[in-house]
Amino acid sequence: MSLQALTYLVVGLSFALYIGIAIWSRAHNTGDFYIAGKGVSPVANGMATAADWMSAASFISMAGLIAFLGYDGSVYLMGWTGGYVLLALLLAPYLRKFGKFTVPEFIAERYYSRTARIVAVICLIFISFTYVAGQMRGVGIVFSRFLEVDVTVGLLIGMGVVFVYAVLGGMKGITYTQVAQYCVLIFAYTVPAVFIAIQLTGNPIPQLAFGGEVANSGTPLLDKLNDIVTSLGFNEYTSGTKSRIDVFCITMALMVGTAGLPHVIVRFFTVPRVRDARVSAGWALLFIAILYTTAPAVGSMARYNLLETIQPGEIGAVDGSLAYDERPGWFETWENTGLVRFDDRNGDGRIQYYNDANPEFAARAEEFGWQGNELSVDRDIMVLANPEIAGLPNWVIALVAAGGIAAALSTAAGLLLVISAAVSHDLIKGIVAPHISEKKELLAGRIAAAFAIMVAGYLGFDPPGWVAQVVAFAFGLAAASLFPAILLGIFFKRVNKQGAIAGMLTGLLFTYGYIEFYKGLFLKWAGSPWGTNTAEHWLFGISPEGIGVVGMTLNFIVALTVSHLTTPPPERIQHMVENIRVPRELDEEHL
Amino acid sequence: MNRDKRLAYWRANLRLVALCLIIWFVCSYGFGVLLVEELNRIRIGGFQLGFWFAQQGSIYVFVALIFFYAWRMNRIDRKFDVHED
Repeated sequence: MSLQALTYLVVGLSFALYIGIAIWSRAHNTGDFYIAGKGVSPVANGMATAADWMSAASFISMAGLIAFLGYDGSVYLMGWTGGYVLLALLLAPYLRKFGKFTVPEFIAERYYSRTARIVAVICLIFISFTYVAGQMRGVGIVFSRFLEVDVTVGLLIGMGVVFVYAVLGGMKGITYTQVAQYCVLIFAYTVPAVFIAIQLTGNPIPQLAFGGEVANSGTPLLDKLNDIVTSLGFNEYTSGTKSRIDVFCITMALMVGTAGLPHVIVRFFTVPRVRDARVSAGWALLFIAILYTTAPAVGSMARYNLLETIQPGEIGAVDGSLAYDERPGWFETWENTGLVRFDDRNGDGRIQYYNDANPEFAARAEEFGWQGNELSVDRDIMVLANPEIAGLPNWVIALVAAGGIAAALSTAAGLLLVISAAVSHDLIKGIVAPHISEKKELLAGRIAAAFAIMVAGYLGFDPPGWVAQVVAFAFGLAAASLFPAILLGIFFKRVNKQGAIAGMLTGLLFTYGYIEFYKGLFLKWAGSPWGTNTAEHWLFGISPEGIGVVGMTLNFIVALTVSHLTTPPPERIQHMVENIRVPRELDEEHL
Repeated sequence: MNRDKRLAYWRANLRLVALCLIIWFVCSYGFGVLLVEELNRIRIGGFQLGFWFAQQGSIYVFVALIFFYAWRMNRIDRKFDVHED
């Protein structure tokens, strides 16, 4: 069977599976639709959370990102896993005890304020749409490369599938499809990694091969990689270029942002008990860690394979560089997509790949007769091209396509659901029409989900230029607004309505302002008219990616100060806080 | 459940959370970021230790920490008789 036919078959089968699950697990009431009737086992919820969390970016882009960043890529590895510790210890069990449907609902009740609810809904919708646009784009990329259909057609198919199971099944449908999607994506990710690890080091476990020796050489992989990259003028793989304070702040902003993301938090509302919420976070992180510890191994091996292919001989020798006519098949395939580009600057018919931005090495390269770097490789292809680079059979390539689509669809569905819940439950039921019947609310939720899918599809079809930049914004915003408001609501009884609202607005405006100042997100989409986005201009040397930490700190300070200067929250709110701190229901007389 | 017992339960929880967060901080920000160069002088197999913590070890510690917390909290819940079911 041809690769294309096989890919159609595997992707088609996976879609049939998702839709079958959706029909089997239809939502019958708002409880099913928002939080899967609180009946999901902690292990299943852990898997669903992992699929929800691991997006097209995790699946497709992360290993490639680390391959080119080396140590600096650690901020993403630690940042996107460490947040689960905060979630499990500080938020999930208490929010589960609270036992309602949405994150803004908690903020509204804890701070007895509609204003707080609206601020929370605005944060939630902005964060979630930012994310969903990136997922839809991922679906488009995978479709156009593997199924060779037009990006628009790919997007429409993806939207159709999400429509069926998100609108029909709500949270319940999404949860069980996400379990299936996790299995597809983790299998698709680890199989090529295992083969590449065996080929390179003889050790089948990528996490160990990462620290192993290159077969028949006696030298550790990472040492060899360091030698090659430095000899081509690149930065050493195992050491970084970012300042320590910036690495620190970016990692922290990603961690806290993770813990503050509504579509992740709401997953812990679906388990039966408080103790399930705690352990379910552990399962979620375990399932995530399988991919996140494989990714850096894949990254280093992919970088090594790439350099060995392009630079098979001595650096500077004429036959040391790969002749363009002898390039491997995968090189040609990806050249067709434009993601690999060769430009023979010195006209010698060979590929010279090096860091021409390093003046010292550029001078040496000139002596070799090299006239600049001739190869550009899009980092996104590292995972997608891996099976081809390793010469794996076609079914593995088909599986990787299905895995990429599963990663994108599962995250998109989770995000669309929190958007629709925010509209139907927080805005319509909570503010506009409090007396709406449950049936009507469910219908409103379905319409909101359908509408959100269309907006997301449009964003994926015509992605605004700033999608990549706003991801940092989404995390910064979650870290600076929602996370402190929820944390203070649980751990500090004294924090009141005035403090929480002032804190959220301070964190939000400061973080938005800083990113706007250096990146020019909305007012001027390409670059900023005000600030130069370089380290010497940043506040304390913290990049816009890491500024959410300062926004969070300001939120805490303002919320606590304002609360202590104004009247304490009413007694019933203090009782509510006492009650969510304890797993078992407290009787009134004990409060 | 009286007020004193409730406060004692909450303090036990906070102590456990604090312990876990210290380990969380030391293994990621400590070993993987602040002390990375110092630890990179130590080698384990083909890894430099600081680099290993930044790209592998910290994640293993996070997973273990959450299961540890869940297990200890269940015991504390039972001790104070506030467990579910």
